[in-house]
Amino acid sequence: MKILVAVKRVIDYNVQIRVKEDGSGVVTDNVKMSTNPPDDNAIEEAVKIKEAGKATEIVAITVGEDKAQETVRKALAVGADKGIHVKTEGVLEPLAVSKIIQKIVEKEKPDLVFMGKQAIDDDCNQTGQMLSALLNWPQATFASNIEVKDNSLEVTREIDEGLETVEINIPAIVTCDLRLNEPRYASLPNIMKAKKKPIEEINVSDLGIDITPRVQQLKVEEPPKRKAGIKVANVAELVQKLKNEAKVL
Amino acid sequence: MSVLLIAEHNNKDLRPFTLNAATAASQIDTDVHAVIIGQNSETAAKKLSELSVVKKVISIEAPHYENFTAENFAPAIVKLAENYSHIVCSANTFGKNLMPRVAAHLDTSQVSDIIKVISPDTFLRPIYAGNAFATVKTNDLKKCITIRPTSFEPCESSGGTATIEKGEAVEEFSNTKFIKREEVKSDRPELGTARIVVSGGRGMQSGDNFKLITEVADKLGAAIGASRAAVDAGYISNDHQVGQTGKVVVPDLYIAIGISGAIQHLAGMKESKVIVAINKDGEAPIFSVADYGLEADLFEAIPQFMEELNKLNTIQK
Repeated sequence: MKILVAVKRVIDYNVQIRVKEDGSGVVTDNVKMSTNPPDDNAIEEAVKIKEAGKATEIVAITVGEDKAQETVRKALAVGADKGIHVKTEGVLEPLAVSKIIQKIVEKEKPDLVFMGKQAIDDDCNQTGQMLSALLNWPQATFASNIEVKDNSLEVTREIDEGLETVEINIPAIVTCDLRLNEPRYASLPNIMKAKKKPIEEINVSDLGIDITPRVQQLKVEEPPKRKAGIKVANVAELVQKLKNEAKVL
Repeated sequence: MSVLLIAEHNNKDLRPFTLNAATAASQIDTDVHAVIIGQNSETAAKKLSELSVVKKVISIEAPHYENFTAENFAPAIVKLAENYSHIVCSANTFGKNLMPRVAAHLDTSQVSDIIKVISPDTFLRPIYAGNAFATVKTNDLKKCITIRPTSFEPCESSGGTATIEKGEAVEEFSNTKFIKREEVKSDRPELGTARIVVSGGRGMQSGDNFKLITEVADKLGAAIGASRAAVDAGYISNDHQVGQTGKVVVPDLYIAIGISGAIQHLAGMKESKVIVAINKDGEAPIFSVADYGLEADLFEAIPQFMEELNKLNTIQK
């Protein structure tokens, strides 16, 4: 079984986001970038399945500018066998990304595609579901547990009401929740080995798809700030303030 | 053209956020039609037809719609789409799972999780866990929009007299099989719509200690929330998680106990009207959004808090 895992390079989750003064976006220059956190869970899960002898090959794919390749290199260090970097410039919408991955799926013919449930930059939560629609494959989104069966997966999904379990026939798409597993760190020897693993570079123009953005970002601004609060000295003062000042009790 | 609202329901009742999504839909265009897809869902369809802003209901029933799988729902919605300029539903796990599948079939770039309708093609949405707001304009002919339910008031649940039409079911998608749903039943208010939320974090130190949170919540008639750290540590189940990848809540009062306030948690609660933080680390980031901060050991503060609450004659519920 072959697993394709999609990874995205985003601003590191610990970085305090700053909005550009001209309203054109957020500051990304000289800002620490990392792999989108749930994409790390996607890679980890694929590697675990391979270690359990249920997968034979893991291909990591990213779509984006030159530096996006770092995320593929990291996936290789954790256990992916080969990488694919589809080179693009400028704004990419989830619909465009899913069309690009669809092309790669047609070429690589994986049995499963894993990715994070949401990217923490645009917070869209779309790509997995869109890819699944384009391929007409089953989808299991927000996965917190995956059991590999003969020709299917049994997936536990985190939903608002609690948990849901679905069985999806292979080939299928899974989008991963942070609770799916604990991503490992790459060891130094594996980081060195990963440098020798192949990364295929593909120019998006060679795929013959239209990735022109459909949504214009007119303005990016800071959210309204909360006015500074106060520290209370003790619990009695807290309850008194909530009762008489905030009037919420 | 009209707006198509996708109703979320459990075959008996509408899920509450359908009412918030209906409000958002009506701000895009007053001609709101609502589709309800399910099995034996007549009562829910009836309730949908009574929503003040809904002009027409389309009810689609089939056995394979009983469990709301996106693979089954999407083609049925796509079939209706030609009559509509917009398709709208909530950005909760139901809508997040479903809408991108609809959008991809329609070759439309979805706009997720909007918090404001600026015009029928322009919307405000949070990005980077709410650390920035983006104004976006979609140029797609058909617009697929998910709305952040807590940013729109629920519409009136009565007063509407929409007609209910039968819609056509689409063939079953056989490669996905629903197995089970484990819903956490509770008499408490729903986390997403509660007036008061009491949340615990890693500072609670154990699942057992979470009963302190339960006591406060019982006293206040509140819903129980949690940080991701607390859910990951197994103190409480995932349906309580508040944050960027959990639920977004906007209660009148949010009480964060033993929660440090990671960016990702703040994303889910910082629009609350009044925020209280109880934490023994005075430097914890949660204090930066708290209206009232109490720097204290929560294991001393919670019993005192209960005592003070007991002294109050009345507590609003």
